[in-house]
Amino acid sequence: MTRRRVEPIVWLMFSGGGVLAAVLLPSLAFLFGLAFPLGWLDPPDHAHLLAVVGHPLTVVVLLGVFLLLLVHSAHRFRYTLYDGLQVKKKRTVAVICYGAAIVGSVAALTVLWVAAQAS
Amino acid sequence: MTASGGTVTPSGGRPTELRVYRRPVSTWWWTRRRSYFVFVMRELSSIFVAWFVVYLMLFVYAVGRGEAAYQSFLDWASSPWVTLLNVVALGFVLLHMVTWFNLTPQAMAVRVAGRRVPAWQIVVQQYVGLAVVSGFVFWLVTR
Repeated sequence: MTRRRVEPIVWLMFSGGGVLAAVLLPSLAFLFGLAFPLGWLDPPDHAHLLAVVGHPLTVVVLLGVFLLLLVHSAHRFRYTLYDGLQVKKKRTVAVICYGAAIVGSVAALTVLWVAAQAS
Repeated sequence: MTASGGTVTPSGGRPTELRVYRRPVSTWWWTRRRSYFVFVMRELSSIFVAWFVVYLMLFVYAVGRGEAAYQSFLDWASSPWVTLLNVVALGFVLLHMVTWFNLTPQAMAVRVAGRRVPAWQIVVQQYVGLAVVSGFVFWLVTR
């Protein structure tokens, strides 16, 4: 059964994404979401950011980070709908949640690739 | 006969459908107790994790498009609604962080030299990891 083979992998990715969301995301969210736009800290200059974003290592790491965070989010939200909000259309919920994570990962690949080409 | 229903065959009779009564659970069951509420808030952090992924992707996209696009992204990001959303989202991410760190010792038993590492040490070490990673991110983007 494919279900048995896929399930542990999804749980593993959920855990990996959970660690990243706890250890890496707070600093990224604080710096790029609040500190730089609001001028609490001087935003880094564009040339430096472009060099960081264009580095192959950054592309690979960010792609992995975004993928794991999206799977983590999709998996958790799926169970929030089942158990928390008592939505019982199991198949529809799973398709929408994981579908969104897949679409998001493809978008991440595209965005990172385009940005790396620009540097 | 199983708890999930199915058919039963009475002695000498025709099989009849067995219907098990399921007590309906309210959509708002989790508002009744503080611990239930925190649980659902913790689970809802998933939406805000996804939001930051989208946000960071928009950021990378703007950086790739050039200096002017980067500037206008920063302007957009400093608008009141985006700021409010980011503040709320960061709050949820921090809730995820605290609950995740606290759960880790329960999810895995770490043994060093045959002895189980106490839970508080695992929690503390994760905060050390958080500090190291945050320091690295800060150094990478601001140097």
